[in-house]
Amino acid sequence: MKILVVDDEHDVKTLFEQRFRKEIKSGEIDFVFAYSGEEALSYLAIHKHEAVLILSDINMPGMSGLELLKQIKQKYHEPPPVVMMITAYGDAENYKTAKELGADDFLTKPVDFIALKEKLKITN
Amino acid sequence: MILQPVLAILILRFYRKCFKKEDIPRNWKNIYWGSTAFAILLFLLFMMIRESRTIVSWLGHIFLLALIYKGYNSPKLKNARSALNAFLPVTLIYFIIDIITAIDKSFYKTWENYFDVAGIFAFIWMIAMLIISNKQMKAIEKERLKTEEAERVNKITQELKAGLEIQVSERTAELTAQKEALEQTLSELKATQAQLIQSEKMASLGELTAGIAHEIQNPLNFVNNFSEINTELISEMKAALDAGNINEAITLAMDIDDNEKKIIYHGKRADAIVKGMLQHSRSSSGVKEPTNINALCDEYLRLAYHGLRAKDKSFNATMKTDFDNSIGNINIIPQDIGRVVLNLLTNAFYAVDEKKKNTKGSYEPTVSISTKRIPIPGKINGAKVEITVTDNGNGIPNEIKNKIFQPFFTTKPTGQGTGLGLSMSYDIITKGHGGQLKVESKGGEGSQFIIILNI
Ligand SMILES: Nc1ncnc2c1ncn2[C@@H]1O[C@H](COP(=O)(O)OP(=O)(O)O)[C@@H](O)[C@H]1O
Ligand SMILES: [Mg+2]
Repeated sequence: MKILVVDDEHDVKTLFEQRFRKEIKSGEIDFVFAYSGEEALSYLAIHKHEAVLILSDINMPGMSGLELLKQIKQKYHEPPPVVMMITAYGDAENYKTAKELGADDFLTKPVDFIALKEKLKITN
Repeated sequence: MILQPVLAILILRFYRKCFKKEDIPRNWKNIYWGSTAFAILLFLLFMMIRESRTIVSWLGHIFLLALIYKGYNSPKLKNARSALNAFLPVTLIYFIIDIITAIDKSFYKTWENYFDVAGIFAFIWMIAMLIISNKQMKAIEKERLKTEEAERVNKITQELKAGLEIQVSERTAELTAQKEALEQTLSELKATQAQLIQSEKMASLGELTAGIAHEIQNPLNFVNNFSEINTELISEMKAALDAGNINEAITLAMDIDDNEKKIIYHGKRADAIVKGMLQHSRSSSGVKEPTNINALCDEYLRLAYHGLRAKDKSFNATMKTDFDNSIGNINIIPQDIGRVVLNLLTNAFYAVDEKKKNTKGSYEPTVSISTKRIPIPGKINGAKVEITVTDNGNGIPNEIKNKIFQPFFTTKPTGQGTGLGLSMSYDIITKGHGGQLKVESKGGEGSQFIIILNI
């Protein structure tokens, strides 16, 4: 399963690689990282339908996670990738907007990796 | 002799003139009218009843002498004395003639001519003296009128003066009250201004704290996550060592080491953010210290951005930085310059956000901050540092360009702008650092604020 993680914090890459090292080692999950919404879109444009799951931060400079979500849901219909939104502000407003834009799930920072793993198993 | 009552009436008239019309004392009035009536009575008796002539004559003498005596005696009748001098010889001559006649009529007859001559002389004397005295009296009267007039004028002047003094003191009181009211207003204004400056600081602090909450959350998450991972990795390493799997243990140790470095890095990052916040909320130390201006600009850029994001979820902008690494540390008051940079950035973000809200088509709100070292030609160590904050917002119309640095000038709705940001910034740069704060703006295309510091 290929997961695209979108976050402006570069160390998120190391963090995910460490947290999921067993899953990565076993080839269960394959991570790709993008550091902005724009970067994520250009990756998706080239590698169509590769990523099954997109995990995106909302609060990013430039294109926000919500904008990215909107564009993904507009551009990619069949099969639509699962998009989970992560934000530091676990507020109702962002939650509502994300839901309206078609977000499949919503995570609040700090990310509970055990819960995330459970969710991924279900998605799988 | 008919003369005495007539003289008496004349003398009384002179006495009368010694007083002002208005203030003749009551007893003098009585004396005057009594005496006049008595003189008239004597006169009438003398004229009508022949038999009474002798007695009336004597009464007339005594009355006249008493009157004259009174005149010489009373200080109040001083002014009548020269008139008395005129009457005295006549009075005395006829009194003496009457006495001599009464004692020895033949003696009188013998010397009648001499007595007549003396009488005539006394009369001439009387008339001459009366003319003189009349003149004197007139002069005195004139003098008296003059002093009276002077007194009157003086009195009026005094009254006017008193009136004026009252007016002046009333005006003075009014002015003092006004002055006090103005001073009060001024001090209230000063207090309000101080409060406003404080609230501008607090407002920007509020913006900061939201940004800080976000900024601090990320490094803390990393610290927590990497610590947790390291705990796991350490137990895995133990297990590997127990199994004698040295290579795996070494790989794990290297990972642990990497993670440890990340923990330290993010811990320091959080630390720096908190310090930055404390620095901003603290009143300025006013002390210049060597500061990495690039790091300061970067930090405030992030804080300003996330602060606005926290307030307005839909807010978004592209941030660009272009830092000149040759600057090194420069001597500035970091809190103050930080405040200026924050103000400029907040304004820039506001401007692009406004434009975004009013633009239908594609528009990429962009705010950039750059630093640049500019050597001064001819000076080996002298240089300037330019800090430029650029936005592609709506720009500043020419009409208000020269107003934006004025305190309280704002085009923002109440609650969103205090109008103090740029005026405070201007003071900090020019007065606090001897630098310049310039603005360049093209309507519709954006603005550029340039801080120039000499180092
Ligand atoms: N980057 C900018 N773009 C457009 N207008 C600006 C910019 N910066 C400042 N201004 C104008 O200058 C005014 C004064 O700014 P300032 O002193 O910071 O007060 P405030 O931000 O509270 O209004 C603003 O209200 C705005 O009209
Ligand atoms: Mg401002």
